[in-house]
Amino acid sequence: MIETLAFYLFAGLVIAGGAMVIMSRNPVHSVLWLILAFFNAAGLMVLVGAEFIAMLLVIVYVGAVAVLFLFVVMMLDIDFAAMRAGFVKNFPLGIAIAVILLAELGLGIGAYGAGGLELGAADGTAAARSDVSNIEAIGALLYKPYIILFEIAGIILLVAMIGAIVLTHREPKPGARGRQDIGKQISRRPEDATVMKSPEYGEGVEL
Amino acid sequence: MDFSASFLLVMPELVLTAAGLILLLAAAWGGDKAARGISIVASLVFFAVGLMLVPSLHTGVDGPDTLAFGGLLKIDTFALFAKALIYLAAIACLVVAPAFFNGPAAGEERGMRAEYPVLILFAALGMSIMVSANDFMTLYLGLELNSLASYVLASILRKDQRSAEAGLKYFVLGALASGILLYGMSLLYGFTGGTDFASVRAGLDGELSIGQLFGLIFVLSGLAFKIAAVPFHMWTPDVYEGAPTPVTMFFSTAPKVAAVALTARVVFEVFGGQVAAWQQIVMFTALASIVFGALGAIGQDNLKRLLAYSSINNIGFILLGLAVANAAGASAMLVYLFIYVVMSLGSFTALLMLRDEDGDLYETFADIRGLAVTRPVIAWMLLVQMFSLAGIPPLLGFYSKFVIFQATVEAGLVAFAAIAIAASVIGAFYYIKFIKVMFFDDAVDLVKGKSGSGHWVLLILTGVIVSPLGYLITGSLKDLTDKAAAALFVAV
Repeated sequence: MIETLAFYLFAGLVIAGGAMVIMSRNPVHSVLWLILAFFNAAGLMVLVGAEFIAMLLVIVYVGAVAVLFLFVVMMLDIDFAAMRAGFVKNFPLGIAIAVILLAELGLGIGAYGAGGLELGAADGTAAARSDVSNIEAIGALLYKPYIILFEIAGIILLVAMIGAIVLTHREPKPGARGRQDIGKQISRRPEDATVMKSPEYGEGVEL
Repeated sequence: MDFSASFLLVMPELVLTAAGLILLLAAAWGGDKAARGISIVASLVFFAVGLMLVPSLHTGVDGPDTLAFGGLLKIDTFALFAKALIYLAAIACLVVAPAFFNGPAAGEERGMRAEYPVLILFAALGMSIMVSANDFMTLYLGLELNSLASYVLASILRKDQRSAEAGLKYFVLGALASGILLYGMSLLYGFTGGTDFASVRAGLDGELSIGQLFGLIFVLSGLAFKIAAVPFHMWTPDVYEGAPTPVTMFFSTAPKVAAVALTARVVFEVFGGQVAAWQQIVMFTALASIVFGALGAIGQDNLKRLLAYSSINNIGFILLGLAVANAAGASAMLVYLFIYVVMSLGSFTALLMLRDEDGDLYETFADIRGLAVTRPVIAWMLLVQMFSLAGIPPLLGFYSKFVIFQATVEAGLVAFAAIAIAASVIGAFYYIKFIKVMFFDDAVDLVKGKSGSGHWVLLILTGVIVSPLGYLITGSLKDLTDKAAAALFVAV
């Protein structure tokens, strides 16, 4: 019972959050709605017993990607004074979302304790192994039958990195200020750079 | 799963990966000065892996022996044929690149980037994986590897506004298409319980449920975007015009081969039991591509843009072969694909030779007026390619259209063949416009620049293949494509 209730709450909020992402006029709000959608998707994953994927969703998507989005959005030209003006007006909505998240937390933990959602029995190779933990099961698949895909994914990330560098890296002009020659810096000896003098009292230093 | 047998099967991919990584190091240490050397090594690597394919291509391989890594990849004759074509196209695009990037056509940022050949290598690796995919996960990873490298290649002239715009446009629309494809794949997975082609096919038995139908349509839409078929073609003219010309040449050949081969594999191996469901979709996109490609090209003045429409038109004919939905149609499609790649390489090489004294490129009809008087060889070679693209006998382009129509008519789809023939007559208009401008207009004598021997070799070679002499190879080509097409229908 509690599982079904939790499922509909999470699923409904994912869809509502997704709809708000594309409907809200303010990009900052869009990203915040997106984070809400991610959180609820993670809740759904908990319900079907995939705790590891739920964790990944929260850590990778909410923790890194969404915050990165937020940074990009911050660079847009947005009138923050006008946004703050709505604080009092939006306060009830904020409280409502906070209460819903709290309720979800309770429901999620309750539902997980009650045994999670049954989505019908998977058969054949798709069935989850009951004797091992989530992480072990994923590792056994990822590093054994699907190792070649894992390697291809690695190459894709490498190409993404090459692309980012090709498109953004600018070689500074030779002799430009602030150009660093690490080899030259390391090979510099103290005796080339400093001189020891013991000047007489009352006389200047001849350099 | 036997790893050593699997590794032996994917040896070309392994060599490409190793070469890509080593050349990346060379690019990092050698800088852009090493670009030419890296290009040469990369072409040699493509040639070597191409040679590795020859023995199995010659004997023809299909069945369970071709499965690698527990059925994630399937290296049968069909995949080998597509790979050979991809590698050949990649070599051509490496040959023409240095002259373009080192010339004034590259704009402010003159000088070839050392990463260009490395990205071509990785793009070709992605295409190799695409054409030998036997699982939706492999398909997607191969596609993304190819696409990511392509987005960067399109905007590699980052100070050139058109190139940057082309890259961004391609990236945004490509990501959208990937999303659609991925959604379709997830629906198919959800409604059939498997990601490998065989189990999805088994799950699609009988009447399609609404979810399965949506999955099928979404997958086909995503793939149609990648091959630039109508109604998912809108990005093509902009990207082709904006991207640097050697990259445009690459886009119109190798990724087209990979995406078409992938589409053929998906429709026959995954949706093979549901021909009625996809045949009308493919038939519609085929005819729409032929008609829109022909009509859209008419008003164009930019030659690259015109060739973009021409490629949409040609994709239509290729899909027409696919829509026949039997081995004869698939074989005709492969014949067309081969000849299309040769014609594309030839016409883009000719475009790359339209230089002024400083080496800058000309791109519009006004610049090539009277080319036949001033530069007869280029003009005659362009004439051969254009007549061939229009499908005028006795050139090889006629043969390719002929086999497609033959397969269509034999399958009883006479009405569709008639529409396609009518549209190809319309298409002939702008191909012949080339001839009219080059041979009958007053000479303006703008094209004066010299081109390197690589360009000349490519131009003459593609010209000879497309000329009536090309009919000498049609026998063995037909033989090869029959074997490749048959491999698609072998149940594993």
